Amino acid sequence: MALLDIARMRIEFASRRGTLVAVDGVSLSLDRGEILGVVGESGAGKSTIGNAVIGLLEYPGRLAGGEVHLDGQRIDTLSESDKRKVRGRRIGMIFQDPLTSLDPLQTVESQLVETMLVHLDLSHAQAQQRAVDLLRQVGIDQPELRVKQYPHQFSGGMRQRVVIALALCCEPEIIIADEPTTALDVSIQAQILDLLRKLCKEKQVGMIIITHDMGVIADITDRVAVLYRGKLVEQGPTAKILGNPDHPYTRSLISAVPRPDIKLRRFPLVTYIEDVKTPVKPMDIATHWLGQRRDFGEHVDGPLVQVQDIGMRFVLKSAFLVRHRRTLDAVKQVNFSIAQGEVFGLVGESGSGKSTVARLISGLYTPSGGSVIFNGTNLTTLKDEKRMNAFRRQIQMVFQDPFSSLNPRMRVLDIVAEPIRFHKLADNEAQTRSIVSDLLDVVGLGASAASRYPHEFSGGQRQRICIARALATRPRFLICDEPTSALDVSIQAQILNLLKDLQEQLGLTMLFISHDLPVIRQMCDRVGVMRHGELLEVADTETLFKSPQHEYSRHLLNLMPQLQAMSRESLEIEATTV
Amino acid sequence: MIARLAPLFARAADSDLWYSFKRTPSAVISAVITLVIVVGALCAPFIAPHNPFDLASLNIMDANTPPAWNPEGTTDFLLGTDDQGRDILSAILYGSRVSLFVGFASVLFSMVLGVSLGLISGYVGGRVDSIIMRIADVQLSFPAILIALLIDGVARGLLPRDMHDQLALYVLIFAIGISGWVQYARTVRGSTMVERNKEYVQAAKLIGIGPLTILRRHILPNVMGPVLVIATIHLAIAIITEATLSFLGVGVPPTAPSLGTLIRIGNSYLFSGMWWISIFPGIALVALVLSVNLLGDWLRDALNPKLR
Amino acid sequence: MLAFIGRRLLQSVLVMLTVALIAFAMFRYVGDPIVSMVGQDTTEAQRAELRESLGLNDPFVVQYARFVSNAAQGNFGISYRQRQPVSDLIEQRLPATLELSFVSALMALAFGIPMGIYTALRRHGVLSRAFMALSLAGISLPTFLIGILLILVFSVQLRWLPSFGRGEVIAIGGWTTGLLTPSGLAALILPAITLALFQMTLIMRLVRAEMLEILRADFIKFARARGLPQRLINFRHALKNTLVPVITITGLQLGSIIAFAIITETVFQWPGMGLLFIQAISTVDIPVMAAYLVLTAFFFVLINLIVDILYVVVDPRLRVQSK
Repeated sequence: MALLDIARMRIEFASRRGTLVAVDGVSLSLDRGEILGVVGESGAGKSTIGNAVIGLLEYPGRLAGGEVHLDGQRIDTLSESDKRKVRGRRIGMIFQDPLTSLDPLQTVESQLVETMLVHLDLSHAQAQQRAVDLLRQVGIDQPELRVKQYPHQFSGGMRQRVVIALALCCEPEIIIADEPTTALDVSIQAQILDLLRKLCKEKQVGMIIITHDMGVIADITDRVAVLYRGKLVEQGPTAKILGNPDHPYTRSLISAVPRPDIKLRRFPLVTYIEDVKTPVKPMDIATHWLGQRRDFGEHVDGPLVQVQDIGMRFVLKSAFLVRHRRTLDAVKQVNFSIAQGEVFGLVGESGSGKSTVARLISGLYTPSGGSVIFNGTNLTTLKDEKRMNAFRRQIQMVFQDPFSSLNPRMRVLDIVAEPIRFHKLADNEAQTRSIVSDLLDVVGLGASAASRYPHEFSGGQRQRICIARALATRPRFLICDEPTSALDVSIQAQILNLLKDLQEQLGLTMLFISHDLPVIRQMCDRVGVMRHGELLEVADTETLFKSPQHEYSRHLLNLMPQLQAMSRESLEIEATTV
Repeated sequence: MIARLAPLFARAADSDLWYSFKRTPSAVISAVITLVIVVGALCAPFIAPHNPFDLASLNIMDANTPPAWNPEGTTDFLLGTDDQGRDILSAILYGSRVSLFVGFASVLFSMVLGVSLGLISGYVGGRVDSIIMRIADVQLSFPAILIALLIDGVARGLLPRDMHDQLALYVLIFAIGISGWVQYARTVRGSTMVERNKEYVQAAKLIGIGPLTILRRHILPNVMGPVLVIATIHLAIAIITEATLSFLGVGVPPTAPSLGTLIRIGNSYLFSGMWWISIFPGIALVALVLSVNLLGDWLRDALNPKLR
Repeated sequence: MLAFIGRRLLQSVLVMLTVALIAFAMFRYVGDPIVSMVGQDTTEAQRAELRESLGLNDPFVVQYARFVSNAAQGNFGISYRQRQPVSDLIEQRLPATLELSFVSALMALAFGIPMGIYTALRRHGVLSRAFMALSLAGISLPTFLIGILLILVFSVQLRWLPSFGRGEVIAIGGWTTGLLTPSGLAALILPAITLALFQMTLIMRLVRAEMLEILRADFIKFARARGLPQRLINFRHALKNTLVPVITITGLQLGSIIAFAIITETVFQWPGMGLLFIQAISTVDIPVMAAYLVLTAFFFVLINLIVDILYVVVDPRLRVQSK
């Protein structure tokens, strides 16, 4: 008999515009010592299932149908006080953000001890001893010392270990982990996943991991359940699901994950998704507005963009005396250049300084040292506003977060038209509108999007609006700062294809920044690897991936999820390459 | 013009705010009450049965008449008269005018001053921010009412008598306004600091747009939400502050009595049993402030994204 | 930690100096001190001599320094109106105001905080709704109106409590207290309630809002996921986290009680500093106004300092250096 049995679960949300069905007839089962992955894109309903199992579904959601059995006993119809006894004692839960999961005013010890005293029959001293043991088990050094500290004294990865200790402290039979590693750095992610797998197998605890990340699935799960829009699409052993899935959605989802092993011409699309936009009309660059009248002036010989010894120092704590000031060198002596028409990638973990470099080149930050040379002109020493504006037209940027890169109070028309109006690139208002419509067509949104507001669009669509805005000044150089990191895998493929197409058609020079190595491999010609503000290695993409020189580059490549298990040759044929 | 406004109205009608308003009975009732008082005050010259400030029309024989339902009252003076023969109902209508005028004007002044300083402080940062926040901190060391009293007192000392009477209303507005800007500034500063790091502001900078335009076009519309909530609460406080100052005798000049002044006048007659001179203006004042507070409460809950 | 206290102390001193500057400016430039001090028939020569002897021709900074050092010793000159040293007047009146403020503050805290907690935890109960309605009345009724109403009901109609004055007072050292006599206590009740009601309501609403906010936090959700009983969550986790931000604002509020006492003292003819101040405003008695300003600022700054230090003691994030 399965340890946890979810049968035909149905969850509804009452809202102003009718009833929303978040989960529709999902059935899952979990055995002791088994790790089940629940994967799906945003809106699939996976977190909702986790909340419902533990009985923490928030109003206006409600369990409208189905049954949940734990070790043969039905738990979804228990009284509230009985449910409370199940929580923590028999089912443990781990949430995504370790920063906000812990009470900032209580020591780690008191939070562990109070949980144990509620569920287990222990004395205070025994509970304290167990707390120290638990911290040791989750891999925290000097547990006797650390147990008396406060949450803010732990780093992100350490805090998540504390959260895991809290989930395990009463020896539950099941753990539900809701995106446990999404908020953590790549290297820490690997450690936490290892820890989880080890603990599960040792204690024979059943674990459900809810995630959107295929890499996590490939890494530690035994079985996988795939969700799409609240319905269970496919369920089975991980190797089968990743290697030879049955359902068309799963097939196209797997194939859309950027491949780390070879470079394809285009990103395969997840064709199962109903609202994939009509394919982008190919532009006739000769007659299109985007190809016209680009007044860049003479092209100087040599690279288009040159970054020389650039540095950025942030003052963390200003103080009266210089020696008391605390500073952070976010970027240290970085040197590289980008040739005309090339796509240059910058890869590194968070805090490596890659985004700062982007902002230094674009002029949003002023470097503390070094210079940025664009088409032969030193931008760092340029004081004249007029000339600076001329360069601003040539350099544009696409940002990471589609939800904060558009002014929520402006219509799309005004957002895309702003640069046109400012630089007076059109002769009159009517021409401006037609240019905007054109741009919206080019990015695949359609001219009718112009009169609507950002909140009416999804993440991927908003990113298209950002691209349209960036193209409005007909730039020569486009900086893409993690443009798809915040998007689902299926949308990611669309946006990256769009960027690839535009780059080819318009001959754009691009700086592409990402922490995702497979994406870099597909997009870029040359790559630079950064860590802690330093540029460690620059090489051609294929050279870097096949024979990395620097030790850190090798480390990063090793961390890439080994998705070789996903046999994709048979899927190549299916992947449409529109 | 209408064509441009029409989509705005359509959007407003469909908005969550209007939906929430329709479903909250307290909000609707308070809006109605507020509207009644405001309209009554605005139309005072047209609908008041008497003009309490026309000295010629006053008859000392009418003095101290109780309200109409009292056996000694008359329907001529529905709510009775005061010691000078002035009709209480008319006095309330005219008095509300003054109270509302001072209230709205002070809030407007506070809002403009506070929002501007908050925007500048939050956007520019650095020394300018430090200075403005220091001043704000120092000012917060004092209760608003004390500041208002002080400014009033100083003005009284600085200006000659007759000029003071003429300007008293504006001095009052200034005093109440100055005592209230800090709340707006702090909130706007916080929101501005959040917004200025958002990517749409950076995108605007990348285009080359100057800071003033960025503040006006991008940041201001996105920080105004909480400001409206503060403004409604502040309106209630401003009206109360004005009433308090007038009650203490240091608010509006005697030529333009507000509800507070009326209560003050009636205060001396409480013990002699002529309660209506104070109580009716008191009721009007409370009704107004209560409605404004209820609206403020509803607005705050409705605009709070986390409660939806 | 010590550095923090040191910085705050320095800040407080700066604030006091700024206040002293404003008070001094009022003193010097609002009206002519000489004119208010002497009679009509003093000659020009006598006035000039007086001006010189009082040091009114000295440079601004010197006069300011003199003012500050005088003020630090409690010497604010002579009241224009009452022809007594201001410090005497203050000595007579201060105990009345301080007693009233203290009792009101205690009331506001003792009722406001528990009511706030209750209405946050039992949002939809009958008692909660009653409290919320009461709170609405509390912030919609101006203090003076509350006073008037209370007088009307309890003094005029029921004749239970006195409506003016302080009752019998007992002098202990330099202090006069009304707390030790029955008539003193009776006289204290109505003014204290009047003064406390607004503050109490404000505190209640604040505590409620903060607590509701905290109850939505992630760590509360995690605590529930661990199966902790609701009572434990409410009182150990939610309450503690609520009180931290509440402390600062409550401190500010209580400080302002001293200023609001002005109104209460006027309505109830309570012989305190506030009444003195109001009389000073209408007669433009600058020395008294200046003295009141400096004194009130002092109390306010003191309370803020205590509150800030309390804040650091309670919140470990501020105490220990984070990694």
